[in-house]
Amino acid sequence: MKTDWKPLMQRVSSEIIKSIVVSLWFVFLTFPLMVMKIRPLDQTIEWRWMNLVYVGVGAFFLSFVWRYLMARKERGSEKEEGDSWQKRIGMKIRSDKRVSVSGLIGVGVFVLIFPFLFSSYQTSIMITALMYVMLGLGLNIVVGLAGLLDLGYVAFYAVGAYFYALMNHHFGIGFWAALPFAGGLAAVFGILLGFPVLRLKGDYLAIVTLGFGEIIRLILENWNELSYGPSGIAGISRPGFFGIELTLQQHTVYLFYIMVALVALTTIVVSRLRNSRIGRAWIALREDEVACQAMGIDKTRTKLTAFALGATWAGFVGCIFAAKTTFINPASFTFMESAMILSIVVLGGMGSIVGVMVGALVLILLPEYLRAFSEYRMLAFGASMVIIMVFRPQGIISGIRQRYEFRKQAQQEVSP
Amino acid sequence: MTVPRPVLDVRGLIMDFGGLRALDNINIQVNSGEIVALIGPNGAGKTTFFNCITGLYEPTMGDMIIHTPGKDPVRLNRLKPNVVTENGLARTFQNIRLFQKMTVLENVMVARHCRTKSGIAGAIFRGRKTLREEQEMVEHSYRLLEKVGLDSYVNELAQELPYGAQRRLEIARALATEPILLLLDEPAAGMNPKETHELDQLITRIKEEEGVSILLIEHDMKLVMSISDRIYVLDYGQMIAQGTPREVSENRNVIKAYLGEAFDA
Amino acid sequence: MDYFLELFFGGLTRGSIYALIALGYTMVYGIIQLINFAHGEIYMIGAFTALVVASALSLLGMSGLSLLMLSGVIAMIYSAAYGFTMEKIAYKPLRDAQRLSPLISAIGMSIFLQNYVLLAQTSDFVSFPALIEEFPFMESVTIMRSSELVIVVTTAVATTLLTLFIKFTRMGKAMRAVAQDKTMAMLLGVNVNRVISATFIIGSALAAVGGVLISSHIGQINFYIGFIAGIKAFTAAVLGGIGSIPGAVIGGLVLGWTESFATGYVSSDYEDVFAFGLLVFILIFRPAGILGKTTSEKV
Repeated sequence: MKTDWKPLMQRVSSEIIKSIVVSLWFVFLTFPLMVMKIRPLDQTIEWRWMNLVYVGVGAFFLSFVWRYLMARKERGSEKEEGDSWQKRIGMKIRSDKRVSVSGLIGVGVFVLIFPFLFSSYQTSIMITALMYVMLGLGLNIVVGLAGLLDLGYVAFYAVGAYFYALMNHHFGIGFWAALPFAGGLAAVFGILLGFPVLRLKGDYLAIVTLGFGEIIRLILENWNELSYGPSGIAGISRPGFFGIELTLQQHTVYLFYIMVALVALTTIVVSRLRNSRIGRAWIALREDEVACQAMGIDKTRTKLTAFALGATWAGFVGCIFAAKTTFINPASFTFMESAMILSIVVLGGMGSIVGVMVGALVLILLPEYLRAFSEYRMLAFGASMVIIMVFRPQGIISGIRQRYEFRKQAQQEVSP
Repeated sequence: MTVPRPVLDVRGLIMDFGGLRALDNINIQVNSGEIVALIGPNGAGKTTFFNCITGLYEPTMGDMIIHTPGKDPVRLNRLKPNVVTENGLARTFQNIRLFQKMTVLENVMVARHCRTKSGIAGAIFRGRKTLREEQEMVEHSYRLLEKVGLDSYVNELAQELPYGAQRRLEIARALATEPILLLLDEPAAGMNPKETHELDQLITRIKEEEGVSILLIEHDMKLVMSISDRIYVLDYGQMIAQGTPREVSENRNVIKAYLGEAFDA
Repeated sequence: MDYFLELFFGGLTRGSIYALIALGYTMVYGIIQLINFAHGEIYMIGAFTALVVASALSLLGMSGLSLLMLSGVIAMIYSAAYGFTMEKIAYKPLRDAQRLSPLISAIGMSIFLQNYVLLAQTSDFVSFPALIEEFPFMESVTIMRSSELVIVVTTAVATTLLTLFIKFTRMGKAMRAVAQDKTMAMLLGVNVNRVISATFIIGSALAAVGGVLISSHIGQINFYIGFIAGIKAFTAAVLGGIGSIPGAVIGGLVLGWTESFATGYVSSDYEDVFAFGLLVFILIFRPAGILGKTTSEKV
């Protein structure tokens, strides 16, 4: 059988031409900013011709990749839910008790001995990662379950942190005493924020919450009498350990275990919330607000509950943050933080607990281990947000659909 | 002997959208145990009527009262949609509005929300009362699915159901709220004659077994004539006729506005 | 009284810049119901491009009005190109997706572009040459500077041109059609993709004009100016009624004056809070804005 070369060659050459066009376009586009550079000091121009080559070649190859992925996306969008390999692995792990139990034990043991395997510095990084896991799980309630796009989540984080810092600074109140109230205060703020924005839809809700977040940050920066402004609050006490004095290393280990316990607790609570009457109300609200109301669900109450509960976790983590770094200032609570936490939820797979965990770990740990590329961290972050939204909007992990499984037996089982 | 109050009593309903009068002085009653149909050409205001009584729109004028036998009548004006549902009015939608990413069972369970109570604490701590309530929700929902014939789909996602099944799921979901009046908005839309016939039987069964009264909007005249006790006819927001199926089919105005010569009763 | 006038013209200037940027937001929202989070970065890129180009050209001996115009035009071209490309990569593939996806994509794009400029150029504040020279006839005027006058006049001209364009040209009509009913416009033969691209191109070019002008006026730029300006311009767009072109201008002016007078008479520390506060206030109490219409959802 003779291969039909002509149409194949035509196809290949047209693809190559497309890529060349794209490459030239990007070379043009990036010329002023990538090739030409202003030297601020002596106001001359530096010409970086190598960048031109990089952009040209990079764009050439990436355009092939892009077109391929686009074609695949257009073809395969219905098959996503069915066959993905993650789903199969996930199901396998769940169904085979030996695998899931031994896996959990393995992870558990690893977690417990972690501080002894790794240096204090790495434990500290892991604490940060766990904090973001908790933040992600909290925001997951608002965005993932209830579908309310909150871009100002960092405000509640700040509330928790500043509450503890100020209580500690003025009244000497300790971490453990402040922790529950930090969450409670954040919940109150959650309701206060939620109330005025109830009627807003999607984009508008996002922008208003962003506005609120920025307002809180600006107030913290400028209301010096309350918050000590940009210089922040220092000398915040670490969590007490039965009154015993600990070294810095020991504090880190202590905080690590506290975080592990809190993350475990959060996971259980969020998981239970999701599989409950109120969890279903949130999901219904997200799916179709009008139908949700028609089925007897009080939209206002459901939204406020989501905001309040979501905010509570941020409050807790804020308190921990203050205790961990012993110094806070408004610069830690920018919009970028909200964006990052949002990415963790969205990229990990909205509504999926495992996804949020993976997302947080990847987002925090990856840059640490790719130190050489740390400059490009935010760049990669922004790019990956776009890429994942375009090609995999359901997030990395969501192949496993977590739902209520009905079994017609005496014992009903609920899957996590 | 006193005449029992109608389950739904709407008087003088007027709905204006800016300068457009969508509903003009509408009076509709549904009595206990009745199946009443609301028909009329597209754009006549039928869904607008549903939206008014369920609290989605606030009518310009008029009174809407629901009366559950044994309880006090409740004025529906200015009530929020979920409160309307709590008071016994449930509906389906013209364009299917299921919770697509939830399973069939979950869709029905959600609708049990207003008849159950457990809150945050219950969800987190999973005490005995909460677990019992969950169990009840599951069982009740499953029974409803059996009733509409969807029990085999119980763990499927709503979006994967065939069209006719989706329509039936909407009905099951509405029933889960334990209404005394069920509003069906074009339940037979897009169905073939066999499915429509099954729907006919389903609606009748629902009326008899669940003790709900039914008000439906429909274009399928065969279904309407077969199933309705009474019919109201709307055109351009005005009531142009009402009565038994026979009376309405012989009414000149109705024939002129809507039924056309193609119909024979 | 002089102080008041100074604040008035200062606010007018600010407002004009906000209006120029807001036009881009409002047009894009009107067409595809997307808040183009990365629009502020287009403005910033316009400013940086102008800076780089102007520096290069001045080395070649250009100066004065011709330098300003040429840098400005090139900045417009480049911003338009960035806007066009951005739409094709981050928004077009998501046209049918649920509401959350394009917004997150936009946020990602915004972060990407900020850091792109940061890495490609510098994180420092870079001084921007004063391309707008002082006019001789303005020398005696103290309440307003030449550059402010140029900004206001340019904005007025640009807005007028835009309004004429929308009203009388074929593309303008196509834009209005797509904004009202995309599907119907498509069925009537309008090339929706081209209309959307054109919208992005025009909006981006206007933002670039704003970027060049205000940078000449203030004298320095950095990679982050897009974020704040973007939020404020979005406030202006919403304030005036999102989707409405005259609304964007009115919103811009109102915001500009509010900021100017509030910082002049009340406190200058809380400058940004006024803008955000105004945004929150408007979205809560009158999301349709000054000129907008309230639309109700069809059930």
